Amino acid sequence: MTAWQSVGRMHWGWFLLCSAVLLLLPLVTDTHTPTLLLVWALFALSLGMMWGYAGLLSFGHAAYFGLGAYAYAIAVVNIGESTIPLLLSMLVPAVVAAIIGAMMFYGRISDVYMGVITLVVTLILFKFMSATAGDAYVIGAARLGGFNGIPGFQTLNVPGYPEISLFGLPTYYICAAALLLCYLICRWMLARSFGRILIGIRENEARCELMGYNVPACKTAIFTICAAMAGLAGCLFANWAEIVTPRVFSLGQAAEVLIWVIVGGLGTLIGPILGAMALGYVKILLGEQTVIDNSLILGALLIIVVLGIPRGVVPAVIALWNSRSRLGRRRKGSERGMRRRLGTPAEERA
Amino acid sequence: MDYAGVVTLEILYMIAFLVLTSAGLAIVFGMMRVINLAHGEFVMLGGYTTIACSRAGIDIYVAMLVISPIVVGLVGLIVERCIIRFLYGRMIDTMLATWGLSLLLIGLVTLIFGNSAVSVPAPIPGYQLGDYQMGGYNLFIILVTVALVVAMWGVLKFTRAGLIARGAMQGPDVVASLGYNPRKVYMITFTVGAALSGLAGGVLAPLTGLLPSAGAAYIAKAFITVITGGAAVISGTLSSAVIFGAINQVVSFAVHPVLGEIAMLALAIVLLRLMPKGITGRFFRDGT
Repeated sequence: MTAWQSVGRMHWGWFLLCSAVLLLLPLVTDTHTPTLLLVWALFALSLGMMWGYAGLLSFGHAAYFGLGAYAYAIAVVNIGESTIPLLLSMLVPAVVAAIIGAMMFYGRISDVYMGVITLVVTLILFKFMSATAGDAYVIGAARLGGFNGIPGFQTLNVPGYPEISLFGLPTYYICAAALLLCYLICRWMLARSFGRILIGIRENEARCELMGYNVPACKTAIFTICAAMAGLAGCLFANWAEIVTPRVFSLGQAAEVLIWVIVGGLGTLIGPILGAMALGYVKILLGEQTVIDNSLILGALLIIVVLGIPRGVVPAVIALWNSRSRLGRRRKGSERGMRRRLGTPAEERA
Repeated sequence: MDYAGVVTLEILYMIAFLVLTSAGLAIVFGMMRVINLAHGEFVMLGGYTTIACSRAGIDIYVAMLVISPIVVGLVGLIVERCIIRFLYGRMIDTMLATWGLSLLLIGLVTLIFGNSAVSVPAPIPGYQLGDYQMGGYNLFIILVTVALVVAMWGVLKFTRAGLIARGAMQGPDVVASLGYNPRKVYMITFTVGAALSGLAGGVLAPLTGLLPSAGAAYIAKAFITVITGGAAVISGTLSSAVIFGAINQVVSFAVHPVLGEIAMLALAIVLLRLMPKGITGRFFRDGT
């Protein structure tokens, strides 16, 4: 079974090991950068779930990330206590995604047009938020601030105690917990029949439909769930940066998350997480020097991965690992050989 | 009366702008079903070529109408040989690879020209229309666009090369069995598409200051114009450019310039929802 076909199992040992590493990391290093990497990992996970398993490629996933960030910032300025804004930062992107998703999926729009529509939605938000400078654009007490964004809002606080605000180390642990929790939710969804139907839709939509599954409803559901996750990532990003600017909607942001996911690996959950962390760290390192432009490296990387390893690094490594361990027991592998002759979906798509 | 004239001219200019910037993308998408997300960067490269040439003392018309298309066409040829030809039939992968290419080109141009705006003065002075000062150069852009559309239509409709190109679009197998290599046709088509993007970039260069990231401003509009237009290259691009150009300028004049663009983008979503195969998927199916 190739990595692309497999649903993947829950490896509790690895999960606990990663949790322990995340728990102990603040002992050895400063948490400022790791917090950002965790936020990006969560953002990539939300796209990787949708794209890798349900086959839905949103070119404008940054829209939901940005909506989450803006929803949190606007709500917390008005309310002053962070529990409801935190919920809103997931609810607002989810509602927007449900509307757009239902429009696209019940309209049976093909994947390319879905790419266009999601990209255009992001552009609209970017244009609109950039143009909201001045006193005319106010939501409650929050000034949208145009290109300069919304600075200096309150960060997350202990629920019910607005005076105990959290930043620094607690933010790091909140981000780590959010990432692990969302990972578990994704695994849980994939282990249930909902996840199997999503993979079925990715492999053959018409067949799923004929078997009686409500394909548009399933697609809209996963689109909405993943938008909520991206919104949570956006909210955490706003807490880390302590400012929200329209840059969260920019084409660059939209491209970056795609690159993290495809380089990390489609059809896995750990791939997008590792991709986001590794490339995010490279981006931070590149940002410290000015000789080579960051987009040059990212662009070259994206081209190389699409041409060379279209499924991403993690699935390629898993496939390599499997084929090496298979060499020793080739004679037993008649069933596997059969599968391979039938061809993987990746080949069919090509 | 003068105001009506100004609005009409601005609408015409916007339509011309949309047709000009999306012509290259339309040819590549219509003929090859390849969506080139680096299209905006091709336009941007055309602009930089024109500015670099005119700074080197070459006549600006030669630079924009001759040198820019040739340079960007060559870039397109290299791109087709190195990237696109491995990805035919894989639409999403092509979009991803060309998005990577767009980032790569932005990075390269930043490396060469730096991250500050460069510009060149418009070679045609403005004129007075009643109480309003108008840019004379906008008229030149409208003229170039009309010439371009007529030329494209003529080549596609009346020449042997156009016939082969249209044949390769409709049935590559038939074209191959008649002795033409569809791969070669695709290669030439992509090069021509890139050259048209270069022309657009060159012609538009005097209007705005150029930044390495200027391509993003073109790609969104070109993208929705072409996709909404549908498969037919000329009638599709023209019809969607007319709709979007009119909406953009009317809303811009009536309400606010930013809302004009937002109205255009929102209309694109609605049109795509109603006509997923584009305008020419529903109307004028026999057009070119």
